[in-house]
Amino acid sequence: MGTAYDILETCKPPLAVFLDYPLGNTSGRPFAPDEQYAIVRSAVETLEGIREPGTILPLNRIWSEDETWKVEAAVTDTGDRRQPRDLTPRYQNEDDRVAAEGQSARFG
Amino acid sequence: MPMGPVKYIPPAIERYVRLGYEPYRYYLGDEPPPWTPLKKPLSECRLGVIATAGTYVKGQVAFYYKDDHSYRAIPKSTPAEDLRFSHVTEHYLGSALQDPNSAFPIEPLRRIERDGIVGEVAEELFSCMGGIYSQRKVRDELAPALAAEFARQEVDAVLLVPM
Repeated sequence: MGTAYDILETCKPPLAVFLDYPLGNTSGRPFAPDEQYAIVRSAVETLEGIREPGTILPLNRIWSEDETWKVEAAVTDTGDRRQPRDLTPRYQNEDDRVAAEGQSARFG
Repeated sequence: MPMGPVKYIPPAIERYVRLGYEPYRYYLGDEPPPWTPLKKPLSECRLGVIATAGTYVKGQVAFYYKDDHSYRAIPKSTPAEDLRFSHVTEHYLGSALQDPNSAFPIEPLRRIERDGIVGEVAEELFSCMGGIYSQRKVRDELAPALAAEFARQEVDAVLLVPM
């Protein structure tokens, strides 16, 4: 599965479905269970339906008629949009940190 | 006239060069796509899953942001509301923080199993950080470790869910 066509092209997975949605929505919009199901099902069904290695099958869905998000996704004159890179686990919630105390990562 | 797909690679390279970093080196597939046809009907296959949005379950250790190449095993039965995310590009997590199924489709996967589209989904789904800058760590350590997990699970196919 993937929402970045040029990255799918360069990574060369055996098979892919391409969803023309903003990054972060690989399996569909939030709170759209039927859409999410259809997207995941389409991806899995390529395993049986596609025989050509390297096929990238576009899914026929659009995020919105307004494509401003595509213009914004490709801008280059922003600051660094990544978070600072260090070795501190970044919990989504402070409660998660408390819940995880004493645990360790499986690997790494 | 609709626009084509967004190109992510050239703008990212340009953005980080502009900020004074070394050119951003995306992975370039240097071999033809690997190919192993299914050996049985999809409805009889066990499906493995690896997603790269930095998903963890409440109670697990979160990911860190500097080349964390660890992974988490997420039980298939995990309620979606117990899923959490830690990813170096937090600005892409907006949908996942509302509904984890947008980036870690645990409920759609349970549904394709229930509907018999696949024989079963493996008992544990895997998750890692998508923003790992060391290709060596991925190729030499993370990918073989995941491959060993999938071999242990005896899956017939793996679904990759990048963010």
